[in-house]
Amino acid sequence: MMAPTAPGTATGTAAVRVTRSRRSALWGLIGAAVVVILLATLPYVVYADVTDLLVNAFILLVLASMWNLLAGYCGLISVGQQAYVGVGAYTVLLSAQNGINPYLAIPFAVLVAAAIAVPVSFLVFRLRAEYFAIGTWVVAEVFFLVLIRFRSLGGGTGTALPGLALIDPTFREALTYWSALAVAAAALLATYLLLSSRMGLDLTAIRDNEVAARSAGVRVMWAQRVVYVVSAAGCGAGGALLIISQLNVLASAIFSVGWSAKMIFVALIGGVGSIEGPIAGTAIFTVIQQTLAEFGAWYLILLGSLAVVVAMFLPKGIWGLISGRLQWQVFPVGYWLHKS
Amino acid sequence: MNWVNAIVQGILLGGLYALFACGLSLLFGVVRVVNLAHGDFAVLAAYLALVVITTTHVPALLTFIIVAPLFAIFGYGVQRLIIQRSLEVSPLTTLLVTFGLSVVIQNVLLVTASADSHSFDLGSLISASLRVTPELSIGYVPLMIFLTAVVVLIGLQLFLSRTAMGRAIRAAADDQEAASIAGVNTRHVFGIAAAIAFATVALAGLALGSSSSFDPNAGPARLIFAFEAVIIGGVGSLWGTLVGGIILGVAQAVGAQIDPSGGVLAGHLVFLAVLALRPQGLIRARLAI
Amino acid sequence: MLEVRNLTVRHGYLQALTEVSLTVAPGETLAIIGANGAGKSTLLRSITGLHQASAGSIRLGGRDITALPTHARVREGIVLVPEGRRLFPSLSVEENLLVGQSSGRSGSWNLPAVYQLFSWMGDRRREPAVHLSGGEQQAVAIGRALMANPQVLLLDELSLGLAPTMVRRIYSVLPGLVGRGMAVLLVEQDVAQALRIADRFQCLLEGRTTLEGKPADATTEKIEAAYFGLTGRAGPGSAA
Repeated sequence: MMAPTAPGTATGTAAVRVTRSRRSALWGLIGAAVVVILLATLPYVVYADVTDLLVNAFILLVLASMWNLLAGYCGLISVGQQAYVGVGAYTVLLSAQNGINPYLAIPFAVLVAAAIAVPVSFLVFRLRAEYFAIGTWVVAEVFFLVLIRFRSLGGGTGTALPGLALIDPTFREALTYWSALAVAAAALLATYLLLSSRMGLDLTAIRDNEVAARSAGVRVMWAQRVVYVVSAAGCGAGGALLIISQLNVLASAIFSVGWSAKMIFVALIGGVGSIEGPIAGTAIFTVIQQTLAEFGAWYLILLGSLAVVVAMFLPKGIWGLISGRLQWQVFPVGYWLHKS
Repeated sequence: MNWVNAIVQGILLGGLYALFACGLSLLFGVVRVVNLAHGDFAVLAAYLALVVITTTHVPALLTFIIVAPLFAIFGYGVQRLIIQRSLEVSPLTTLLVTFGLSVVIQNVLLVTASADSHSFDLGSLISASLRVTPELSIGYVPLMIFLTAVVVLIGLQLFLSRTAMGRAIRAAADDQEAASIAGVNTRHVFGIAAAIAFATVALAGLALGSSSSFDPNAGPARLIFAFEAVIIGGVGSLWGTLVGGIILGVAQAVGAQIDPSGGVLAGHLVFLAVLALRPQGLIRARLAI
Repeated sequence: MLEVRNLTVRHGYLQALTEVSLTVAPGETLAIIGANGAGKSTLLRSITGLHQASAGSIRLGGRDITALPTHARVREGIVLVPEGRRLFPSLSVEENLLVGQSSGRSGSWNLPAVYQLFSWMGDRRREPAVHLSGGEQQAVAIGRALMANPQVLLLDELSLGLAPTMVRRIYSVLPGLVGRGMAVLLVEQDVAQALRIADRFQCLLEGRTTLEGKPADATTEKIEAAYFGLTGRAGPGSAA
């Protein structure tokens, strides 16, 4: 008597254990905490030009991480996050002009940027992914053109940030440094928490295959909207830090698409789609900037060409290269399977 | 002030925007790529024309005979060597690559041509105009640009609907796999589509140089206007780019009448309104392109 | 004249075809049957070049075409009528047919010949292809393939989504084509229909050939066994 045999049946099933992180990842997190503490002591140890450099690096890290959230986890390329950089800066300016301490205005800038991002998201999400990029750019241009009409905010010629004149310059620089460090650490932590949450799983699914994710019940539009707002909030924080560290703001500079260029470059070189990528990218970019910025346009030609080459041939960036080889993850957001 | 004049200028300006927009729309409709360096390529064409004018003394208005075909060949190369490869990495890589190209082009122009702005020397043609009524005069140059846009659009329409290559392009745009099964060399066909798109970009750049001044950083603004014209007119419609261009031009002109510095903003606001209220644009697409 | 030898094709981690071989001679009709997921469509698509072979070769008239891209294989004379028709939505019926000439092959098939084969098509040639019914679209898809003057015509699941009478009408066209020297390789879910029109058949299961021969020699038991993978060996839980 013939019995049907299902072809290809395994002779037994292997038991499998699922864990959130490996030991190497735990050490990575501890290491990160130690690094933050060490960094916090720097103002006592080094001169202001080093901490200034780091402030700019931290701001860039925040911006690039926020861009990376949108691009790497939602597949949405934005060329208009500078809109929220500007919003953050001008919120701090307005607050300072009304007597609020600029440092205390930073969280406020974050909230305002997020609040504005919500209605804007309804507009820009009407565009398909490819046109979304330019749409965000138009929004940034609109913010710029509207803001320069307000003389009280400096109009087109810029204005200084009040409220910090009475603080001792050295102390002010240290305060700015600590604020930047705090914001950067908070941004990375928030990203890590978001991505290791249920939403993070949804986002990874969307990143890997949007159609499949949708049919599995993932609320794609909602997830994308959340990420857009979070990304805007982070950029708002970056803008707040910018005006505080520069002590003035110029509309054409703060709303410049050059910020998007920097974000994109850093995220691309470091590696889109991982938390560690922007950290690597910021480090590399800062080095390049320090050594080559004096060459003006040539330096930008180099950056642009590098971006093109990396996008085409090294899509996972430098961090992708490293983590692929060594199976490293500082921020464990995936799952590991162990045979038991 | 003179509203009729403003509206007419706006309509003519729409022709320039349509010239910019049709290349963007064609490349997206066929290859599914949004070229963020679109405006910068147009500016590059304008600079190339300047070089042609100064070395060969060809009159400015005839430089397109040299520049457009050159740009078509250039576009074919860019498509097959850069864009095609980027598409294979991921569909959105093209955005990053073209953004990088935009930065490179702007700065290469800065380095080779300086930051000064230029425009073509058209002699007396620049200010010559047609006096229609005592209050309304139409400049010859804007009128020629508008007519060029119409001719280009008609030409594109005819090419796509009447020729074998046009059919192959539409087929590949509809269904790339089915087209290759039917014997269409889709990579080559995409290259041709890009070549045509780049030829229109060259014409747009020449029109820009003829009607106003340009500098190495003029590209991004042109990209944004082209994009707004496409969205207002309706993604996927060739004639929509003309309709969208005209609406944008009129919005900017009327806005400038109300407030001299408010023209561009007025255009943006109309664009956002269309995006909010009728995101599919004004003309419904019948073709895939 | 079409010779496939030990073709192995992988889809990511899945091995879709394992060492499949077949030949089709001019004027011959070979039917590939098998359950869903057996690899029938993958086989046709690999022959046209839509999937890369990881091993094995494909020869047409003795010439190795394994490395050629799809449009080049069309130029050699291998033309697929894909599953689901895949007509071009923004093109009219006639335009769809004309795209079929893209490979530049010459032969007896042209617009008048196709309009003669499907007598209703000429009157509707300016309509958008997607306005036609399923059966009519299938005819246009076949016409589009014929316009390339194929040496080997590949048909993928012609009967899918069509009423039985329509299926019979479509298949009635085949003998005329084959009579002119074309080789036909068809994939068909409907086993009875396949065996009715084929000179030879081949059954696939999980990417491998499990049975081949002439329809006259095939018994129901042999086909069922090959189709479903029934074996004579006692498996777990069998009473024998």
